[in-house]
Amino acid sequence: MGHKGNAKTKAHDANGNAAGPAANAADANAHLTTPTRLTGSEILWATLVGEGVTDVFGYPGGAILPAYDALRKFPIRHVLVRHEQGAAHMADGYARASGKVGVAIATSGPGATNLVTGIATAMLDSIPIVCITGNVSSKVLGTDAFQEVDITGITLPVTKHNILVNKAEDLAHALRHAFQIARSGRPGPVLVDITKDAQQATAEFDFEAAKPRPYRPHPMLHVDDSGLAQAAELIRNSKRPVILAGHGVMESRAMEQVRTLAERAEIPVGLTLLGLGGFPASHPLSLGMMGMHGEAWVNHAIQEADLLIACGMRFDDRVTGTLSTYATKAKKIHIEVDPAEINKNVKVDVALVGDLREVLEQLLPRISGRDGSAWLKTIEASKGAVAVRDINNLPDSGHLYAAHVMHDLWRMTGGNAVIVTDVGQHQMWEAQYFHHDQPRTLITSGGLGTMGFALPAAIGAKFACPEKEVWVVAGDGGFQMTAAELATIVQEKIKINIAVINNGYLGMVRQWQEFFYERNYEATPLMSPDFVKLADAHGIPGRAVRKRSEVEAAVMAARSATGAYLLNFMVEKEDSVYPMIPAGSALHEMIRRPDHDPLEESAEDK
Amino acid sequence: MLHTFVAYVEDRPGVLTRVASLFRRLNININSLTVGRSERPGLSRLTLVCEASAEAGDRIRASLFKLENVVDVDDIAQAPSVTRELALIKVAATPRNRAQIFDLAEVFRARIVDLTSESLMIEMTGVESKIEGLIEVLREDDGRILEICRSGKMTMRRGHHVSSVVRAMGVVEGESAEEDESVPESAADEAV
Repeated sequence: MGHKGNAKTKAHDANGNAAGPAANAADANAHLTTPTRLTGSEILWATLVGEGVTDVFGYPGGAILPAYDALRKFPIRHVLVRHEQGAAHMADGYARASGKVGVAIATSGPGATNLVTGIATAMLDSIPIVCITGNVSSKVLGTDAFQEVDITGITLPVTKHNILVNKAEDLAHALRHAFQIARSGRPGPVLVDITKDAQQATAEFDFEAAKPRPYRPHPMLHVDDSGLAQAAELIRNSKRPVILAGHGVMESRAMEQVRTLAERAEIPVGLTLLGLGGFPASHPLSLGMMGMHGEAWVNHAIQEADLLIACGMRFDDRVTGTLSTYATKAKKIHIEVDPAEINKNVKVDVALVGDLREVLEQLLPRISGRDGSAWLKTIEASKGAVAVRDINNLPDSGHLYAAHVMHDLWRMTGGNAVIVTDVGQHQMWEAQYFHHDQPRTLITSGGLGTMGFALPAAIGAKFACPEKEVWVVAGDGGFQMTAAELATIVQEKIKINIAVINNGYLGMVRQWQEFFYERNYEATPLMSPDFVKLADAHGIPGRAVRKRSEVEAAVMAARSATGAYLLNFMVEKEDSVYPMIPAGSALHEMIRRPDHDPLEESAEDK
Repeated sequence: MLHTFVAYVEDRPGVLTRVASLFRRLNININSLTVGRSERPGLSRLTLVCEASAEAGDRIRASLFKLENVVDVDDIAQAPSVTRELALIKVAATPRNRAQIFDLAEVFRARIVDLTSESLMIEMTGVESKIEGLIEVLREDDGRILEICRSGKMTMRRGHHVSSVVRAMGVVEGESAEEDESVPESAADEAV
């Protein structure tokens, strides 16, 4: 641990080999990344420190105990979860909130299998996390030893890559490679499975020497002059263009470029669920969320469009409805980092396969000012007919609707909070009524639709952004799936506000039963504990909210509490999310809000 | 249509599972798969043949490239190439009817590589149709074929390409084949 290693670390900085924060961390912890002989366990933590990791989420057990034993020597905060699924979601929430790689750690066997749902969640939403699992000693691998499971086999289809390490000397490189894979290209989860003997053995550790080969971009990335010229030509000649902005806008940090494109060519922007926040909701060109529960005018605009410019989105079935009837009048430009997404669901006319920001930087000089006012007026007019509910001005009917809660949360937090939602009706209401102007302010499981995601992901988000106000918004069903993490909040002494949207049903399933299964509410009525008492048992204060008039005071109480706070919103039981495109229908064949819907519609609010 | 992918993959445990798993996920049946060492140290070369829609080729290739252990992928498509398969066929044969099979083997340019009093083994290399042809003829006599072992297809592009050149060209369908079109495919092909 001498000066030699220090100089080496600095050289590594100068070469710009590591990402910014990682490089800084490596510098500050140079004594940990000096070539020296360490145990595999020490190499594990030292490599994480070198990669800039400060927080990990995990649960100890036999096969990972050597690693835990070495943890105290390293400047890493370990958050003890109550279930390994929580660890994976926390790492995921951490990554979504910060843009950095989240890290989860678990033991072999059940510890590892419990991670799987969280890993799949990250996979479907392209979230960079590294999961570390212990495994039995390499001598007994494959013998059904106690708590042995083939976790690299199990996670193969739900990881971007996974690695089994059974030698201490391979560990540093495997971990660094894992971080590189997780954060490069289209990000995703990587699992590193480390046998117990690899943790216990010693090996020479040299952080710099363990650097992976330079990242090789996907060989099929392809952006050329003719493609760019074609795209510019299509944009110039289009009468009714729509930009479809997805999660890639955030991942490639292309917010400015998308905005410039939209403003310069006066093109309205529709957003996917995971794209929310990538383009400001308050921007005059923002149309809001598209797809199954998108507003009518967004989906109509897409169906009427003569050009779709898809930016970092993958034409998910929740966005397109039936493919055969999707945007049939439109030419399509697809700007996407993953070549395997091109022409997967929707056949496109121009594919610009590359990093969204880089592609837009190349495309923008070819885009000149364009008058889009006629098309914008047409869309604006279509809003008049359907319009959004201006909940703010709605008379209090004595009922509490989830929409009220979302709207008030948005209003009272100024839209500045990080909202972490679960999956179901409340998730869609949040997307409709909480208007996100900033990226990374909505954290939600889109692709996999994982119930139980919100609470642990919010804990991860809070660790990533301790200075930010973090809200859990979860239904009564999903909340109970991972409610054990309430204890984690208390043990870690973190401030998180929890809003349970409690309607006594598995609401979204009930809604499908109402619409498509003749109101046969099989297995959807849901008994719950008194969530306020449950919170109280953890030492978390809370209160139930039954009327709209109580919402504001309750939200104030939660926000001003020094610690975590839980609000149990007892909302209307059989409320539904409108509009809705039934699965297998065209985008314009949506189920509209019924006339008797108490939420009045006006064109004012968006 | 029938797709033929040639890929260079890292020669280490679990890589074949990843490749196979990709096709499993896409619900595509692998018609044939051959793997062996290549001219590049540490890399295996595989030839994979599968039935999928014409549009699926690019996506499969892109997905193969996404596998961390896959270094190069070439979609042979309709490009000029040489494809061969090796078959070992064991047939029942007594001293009395051997001669007939020897004649057949001669016609198909196959070789007899093992001979016992009850059976003989034929080794044959060629395009799929040629192997099928021999099997068909042998089958005309019921019960004669005892065992068939086929390697699956191995494919290599014609011309001067080395794998790195193919990669550098990006290998868009049909494109890379242009300079080879002057070479008549049949001229170099073995007659059946």
